[in-house]
Amino acid sequence: MTVTEPTTEKREIGAARRRKEDQRLITGRTRWTDNIQLPGMLHVAMVRSPFAHARIVAIDTAEAEQAPNVVAVLTGAQVAGEQGGLITAWPVTPDQKTPDHPPIAVDRVTFAGEVVAVVVARSAAEARDAAELVDVEYDELPAVLTLEEAEQDTVHAHPDLGTNKSATWVLDSAQQGSGGDVDEAIEEARRNGVVIEREYRQQRLIPAFMEPRSFVCDPTGEQITLWSATQVPHIVRFALAATTGVPESKIRVIAPDVGGGFGGKLQITPEEWIVFLAARRLGRPVKYTETRSESLVSGHHGRDQVQRLTLAATKDGRVTGLKVELLADLGSYAALVGGGVPVLGAWMFNSIYKFDSYRFTTHNYYTNKTWVDAYRGAGRPEATYAIERLMTELAAELDVDPIEIREKNWIKHEEFPFTTVAGMTYDSGNYEAATAKAMELFGYDELREEQRRRRESNDAVQLGIGVSTFTEMCGLAPSRILGQLNYAAGGWEHADIRMLATGKVEVITGTSPHGQGHETAWSQIVADKLGVPFEDVEVLHGDTQISHRGMDTYGSRSLVVGAEAVVRAADKVIEKAKKIAAHMLEASEDDLEFRSGRLEVRGTDKGLTIQEVAMAAFHAHDLPDGAEPSIDGSATYDPDNFSFPHGTHLCAMEVDTETGATTMRKYVCVDDIGEIINPMIVEGQVHGGLVQGIAQALWEEAVYDDSGTLVTASFVDYTLPTAADTISFQTDHTTTPATYTSLGTKGVGEAGTIASTPAVVNAIVDAVRHLGVDDIVMPCTPERVYKAIRAGAGTGDATARDASALGGDAPRDASGQAHFSPGAEENADPGSTGSEGGQQ
Amino acid sequence: MARISVKVDGASYSDDVEPRMLLVHYLRERLGKVGTVVGCDTSNCGACTVHLDGRSVKSCNVLAVQADGHEVTTIEGISSGEELHPVQEAFRECHALQCGYCTPGMIMQAIDLLNENPSPSEEGIRHGLEGNLCRCTGYHNIVKAVQKAAGSDLEGAQQ
Ligand code: FES
Ligand code: FES
Repeated sequence: MTVTEPTTEKREIGAARRRKEDQRLITGRTRWTDNIQLPGMLHVAMVRSPFAHARIVAIDTAEAEQAPNVVAVLTGAQVAGEQGGLITAWPVTPDQKTPDHPPIAVDRVTFAGEVVAVVVARSAAEARDAAELVDVEYDELPAVLTLEEAEQDTVHAHPDLGTNKSATWVLDSAQQGSGGDVDEAIEEARRNGVVIEREYRQQRLIPAFMEPRSFVCDPTGEQITLWSATQVPHIVRFALAATTGVPESKIRVIAPDVGGGFGGKLQITPEEWIVFLAARRLGRPVKYTETRSESLVSGHHGRDQVQRLTLAATKDGRVTGLKVELLADLGSYAALVGGGVPVLGAWMFNSIYKFDSYRFTTHNYYTNKTWVDAYRGAGRPEATYAIERLMTELAAELDVDPIEIREKNWIKHEEFPFTTVAGMTYDSGNYEAATAKAMELFGYDELREEQRRRRESNDAVQLGIGVSTFTEMCGLAPSRILGQLNYAAGGWEHADIRMLATGKVEVITGTSPHGQGHETAWSQIVADKLGVPFEDVEVLHGDTQISHRGMDTYGSRSLVVGAEAVVRAADKVIEKAKKIAAHMLEASEDDLEFRSGRLEVRGTDKGLTIQEVAMAAFHAHDLPDGAEPSIDGSATYDPDNFSFPHGTHLCAMEVDTETGATTMRKYVCVDDIGEIINPMIVEGQVHGGLVQGIAQALWEEAVYDDSGTLVTASFVDYTLPTAADTISFQTDHTTTPATYTSLGTKGVGEAGTIASTPAVVNAIVDAVRHLGVDDIVMPCTPERVYKAIRAGAGTGDATARDASALGGDAPRDASGQAHFSPGAEENADPGSTGSEGGQQ
Repeated sequence: MARISVKVDGASYSDDVEPRMLLVHYLRERLGKVGTVVGCDTSNCGACTVHLDGRSVKSCNVLAVQADGHEVTTIEGISSGEELHPVQEAFRECHALQCGYCTPGMIMQAIDLLNENPSPSEEGIRHGLEGNLCRCTGYHNIVKAVQKAAGSDLEGAQQ
């Protein structure tokens, strides 16, 4: 539909509008779920398992029930028939093994932190006090705590499944006809080319949104209302109805102000189900707000993969094949996206490159640890890390500049649209332009020169330059493709535009922002499309009673899919208005054109504003025959393709070779995210994303001890970066519009996170490669860097990687994050990244 | 129960509170000052930062009874009506917030920082905000906002 296209003015789109959201947020007039107080409201506290794997023998609730102001104590056995279950939306294969997931464990706990009983009391403090009095008798079972143990399959996370493996999912370019046979390519490279083999570790991370999750359920109305600190109110409503038997029409879910998510609130959670259950059982409003420690232990984690990689290339550096084998830790249950997270990486390991052959295999395993699901990027950061580290290793192997090796392999800008070896069709991009701009901003040649000088003078502080040229697939997702992939829902998005009689405009979106600024950006888009003032547009969302259709916010989909629905709804408004205006102006519809908010008779000064037509539709005194008295528009949009933003990120790190300390000197990124609606908001997304990705490279890791207890269960131990840890960034853009969307946007929510992790690690390795180091396990703490340098120095030509792999007596992972206890470190990693490799 | 009298955002309150009640819970649950929020249970995040007699404190780290006889200023008390405090204004102008959860604490800490040192360096700002975590912004624009506020008249809008 192109009704508005030729005459749309861009007054608002592209402007750095200050956000509408901010006035409330900076003055404290906020609507967090935990702010809600309802008459007679009760509070819930959870009793959580201290064991990673145990049978529940008995639960004695008598003492807790007698505690002051306790209203009820619930156990899983009591509510087994009515509590519903938590479902996964993505069984990746038809034979995927999926354990049942009751919100309150019934007879067995499967990770330390799982809820075994629930206390409901008149105050939160009383509920917590009474929770201490619940006496649970456990019979401990052997637990599966690492991917290696899961792979061995001798101890089982879920004994009744008979295996730890959930599913194996494969994409093979030869099989699907999108490329050659990867094994042949590798064999050929072993004879006549270069083979790079590596094993990389994607450590387990925790999303750590700043607002702890909170849920309030009020069962006293005609509908049961659930306020939830969630990214996905529509999915929560659907899943509640599907699993509890309460009709969907009797459930209203509201996501009020939500304090960050990053995928961490893209979940249907036990705690949400428990609050819903308790409120229904007791007939009174119930609230639960988690503590930070509970959040870290029971909110889903992210990443956690072992990546076994083989890259084949010719002697002059053209990549002929890539074989990827993943072990992915799902934790103890298949979460909402669950096994689909590693699968999302399948199309991204080949990234921006033209490889001849490719095979991707992921083996998804259950362990007795916190479940794992989407965390900013979900599958794509893992893929990007692997390929950007490998391309750098290939450059080092061939002794060429890492940018040169990329350029040799990437898709040239004149080759778009391009169908990749994984079978995705990239519509547009210009890797040359983004890279050229980034190199210039960075001062690439000067920094290389400085690096050379420092190496020659044997400076204690060495400089390294890290390159990451990434792409991602955004705009989840074409429903047709989701269907092919066995995903349980569509990927469309919905919007309504209500033209109010007084000329104001209400925009209803099915997306559910929690910091992204949709109110502002959607207002800008509608202001331009309908020619109404920015201030007159009100964006409504996050309440299933107002926004009745939606697929919510994740996967950089809101602008690319959600805003396209808004554009189409606006087109319908104009179409309807045209009919009425033609009648009022006594002109033919064909003679009308829509320009800057006015429907004008071509070649005359006769015309009506869209607001005047809205008023006429409201009066409905004189409408054309058959016209309904409304110019409101609705649209549900299903994308034809993903979008493929890309960018070039360059990072300079200084490494003190005497202490292993690293310092970020400079970070430049040039992202091509297509057309930009609000550059200020876009920059903010990039900055925040960068720091999350940098944090994976340098600081963050969820660490478990030998018994399966999360050691990093508070902000003392799970070290989020502070303002003092980070630097200011230089960000810029190039623009090649997306061809599948009318706005030309590609999405930006995850770009920074995806690209930055390999840029940082590449820079650190680059700083010390001449000392014999070719890998450092993330997070690259000073201790790990120091030990890698020492290991490298002791082995002459051999790499630190080989050295640690060969060190049979050495602890599995000698290096660790300095502030964790040594006992915990060993568990944190599967071992050094050793596998034989190098030139054959 | 202990009786406390405390001035919050210019108004006087007298209440009986449990001795174990934290100031942040008193503000949120008893006074409805929900602009101040809780982000952790280990005094690491700074989301709960308020001013006690003009200096920033983490209100999850102070008992309500310790505020007896003192004056508390929260995010809700630093501006009147539409007129924003210059630090609030700078946060909006520089896009120093996304979800806004850390923002009240961050603004209260930034005001304290600028009261101590009206023209801090970037490093000074970064160290001054070290006790306040933000997961959304990467701090880049928060630092810019504080720099911008440092260039404006703080005195005029102080309570
Ligand atoms: S709530 Fe985190 S420091 Fe007070
Ligand atoms: S703006 Fe979301 S945590 Fe700071």
